[in-house]
Amino acid sequence: MPHRFTTLPSPARTFARTLAASVAITGLVATAACGSRAGEETAAAESCVDTSGDTIKVGALNSLSGTMSISETTVRDAIYLAVDEINAAGGVQGKEIEIVAEDGASEPTVFAEKAEKLIREDCVAAVFGGWTSASRKAMLPVFEDNDSLLYYPVQYEGLEASENIFYTGATTNQQIIPALDYLAETGVKSLYLVGSDYVFPRTANAIINAYAADKGIEILGEDYAQLGSVEFSTIVNQVSASGADAVFNTLNGDSNVAFFREYANVGLTAEEMPVMSVSIAEEEVGGIGVENIEGQLAAWNYYQTVESPANTTFVEAFKAEYGADRVTSDPMEAAYNSVYLWAATVEKAESFAVEDIQANADGVSFDSPEGTVVIDGDNHHVTKTARIGEISADGLLYTVWESEGPIEPDPFLEGYDWAADLTVTE
Amino acid sequence: MDLFIGQLFTGLSTGSILLLAALGLSLTFGQMGVINMAHGEFIMAGCYTAYVTQQVVGDAGVSLLIALPIGFLVGGIMGWVLEALLIRHLYHRPLDTLLVTFGVGLVLQQVARDVFGAPAVNVTVPEFLRGGVDLLGTTVPKTRLFIMGLAIVAVTAVTLVLRFTPAGRRIRAVVGNRDLAETAGISSRTVDAGTFFIGSGLAGVAGVALTLIGSTSPTTGQSYLVDAFLVVVAGGLGRIKGAVVAAIALGTFQAVFETYSTASLAKVGVFVVIVVFLQLRPQGLFTLRTRSLA
Repeated sequence: MPHRFTTLPSPARTFARTLAASVAITGLVATAACGSRAGEETAAAESCVDTSGDTIKVGALNSLSGTMSISETTVRDAIYLAVDEINAAGGVQGKEIEIVAEDGASEPTVFAEKAEKLIREDCVAAVFGGWTSASRKAMLPVFEDNDSLLYYPVQYEGLEASENIFYTGATTNQQIIPALDYLAETGVKSLYLVGSDYVFPRTANAIINAYAADKGIEILGEDYAQLGSVEFSTIVNQVSASGADAVFNTLNGDSNVAFFREYANVGLTAEEMPVMSVSIAEEEVGGIGVENIEGQLAAWNYYQTVESPANTTFVEAFKAEYGADRVTSDPMEAAYNSVYLWAATVEKAESFAVEDIQANADGVSFDSPEGTVVIDGDNHHVTKTARIGEISADGLLYTVWESEGPIEPDPFLEGYDWAADLTVTE
Repeated sequence: MDLFIGQLFTGLSTGSILLLAALGLSLTFGQMGVINMAHGEFIMAGCYTAYVTQQVVGDAGVSLLIALPIGFLVGGIMGWVLEALLIRHLYHRPLDTLLVTFGVGLVLQQVARDVFGAPAVNVTVPEFLRGGVDLLGTTVPKTRLFIMGLAIVAVTAVTLVLRFTPAGRRIRAVVGNRDLAETAGISSRTVDAGTFFIGSGLAGVAGVALTLIGSTSPTTGQSYLVDAFLVVVAGGLGRIKGAVVAAIALGTFQAVFETYSTASLAKVGVFVVIVVFLQLRPQGLFTLRTRSLA
């Protein structure tokens, strides 16, 4: 008769004791893996893009599984919409665009592998996709070594400019700095910074600190919560006790739900202490519960409610294709733009070759839903109009302030004296 | 000083959330020794139970009260099925149990994603639980008071069941000495199934309550799993009392550390305390004395 459970099973106990350690180690390995691909690739092979047929292949590389699939599937929908529209209007250089889709699986290493597959085996002319900065950083050496093109559609922390990447989302001077300008304009003299603990919030807060030091805004506190953390009572208590004029929120994902519920429950309101968020778009408002976040602010370049003929067309086409209950958001619009910008550059260059696209990209423009966007040939970013939106009871965001026309991209913040001491962090 | 006292209260409230998430685990892991990595997904199932109930019933207050027992049944039945189909066959193999239940957890997450969609859904907080109460100089949200109350009720109920009911006696007998219990005519198989049902059901109840403060998404369970294991291990396997003390201690550590440093550092602090504590006292706060020989 086996003595099962005559004592408490010690393997189980030992195992549990190491559980915390295992979790930490997994995290470390994952982080290390992100950077490990750089420099692995050998010299670029000759481009194998086939331009002789009636079709031209492009890649769509988004996470269709894993944690990021929630956001990235919406971006993929927008890419398909743009491709369908361009094909319906006659294609690019008379060729029909054919999408080769791959799943990045929310893993930076998978993004790098799939990017290489798309370039070398599928011979695509360009790739659209990526979301997290980790995925972009993992793909960057692949695109540089193979001399191919990536169109990246998400706002990010700046401090990067690759010949082989076109950034169609906002860099910091098109999102964070205008948000600070807006707060300063409305009389905010002190700020409390709350963010998730990873590269984007820390970089963003470094910029905010430099800005605040220059403009005489007092930073009363700076707190980071682990990604996915749902325990915000201490942070919210400290925010409340600080008496700051406003909160700058760079939390990501599910943490926003817990944060805003706690915030509303201790009685803080948008009137007495507004929260400016940079990661909350139309999609996220539903999960937080609009009653907890109504009246709070967000900083983006595009909202579904932006009034322009191009946006009306975009929203109608999107809802017709994917359902009336779907919403359009900033990264989706930037992805939609990226396909059009690529097509326009190809038409201008009359070539699908990478060097021709790079040479002709400067000044290429597209009349996009957010307004006209123009590619900057030097840093491969695009001009964008900054917009502050207020979350309304219907779950949508409405523009309460917008920049005077599109803002020139400045990923390294060279045009700002106060940013001189900010260093490039990798 | 006011802030310090306030933070003690915050610690108590954080502790009660940890306790609620860990209570079911202290039965399945603590009493039975089964490492159930899908415990978080049972919590997630409870969250979605609250969501579905609210969609059907409409009124947020009524649906919350109805969802609590339904959540218990949903979690319990899922646990019971898992025990009957998989865990039962792996009682001698803790490593395999860990891998299998981890896989089951991933499957459940994907099912939730396919059924409810990947974005978080919103469970509306009932009107009477909105806002806060001023206590000892801090504003304590009513939702947290509700969770504290629920944790007290749940612990009391589990303790009473274990101590005073025939079923509870059988559970204690099997935990104490399985062979002896079997010779006394207790079917350890039935007791295992029952314990797993109750433990998993408590996870479902926790899930319903946690929709008041956190998000409801396919990955929700993951946010609570590691903390729940820490509470059970630090408290000492097999002791509900240990889980209570450990949950409150960890919650208070976290809250007080966080006041004087940052949230990330506080988390590091908590882990360091646990590592050091387990080096000095590997059996946890409280130990279960058994009459078994091995």
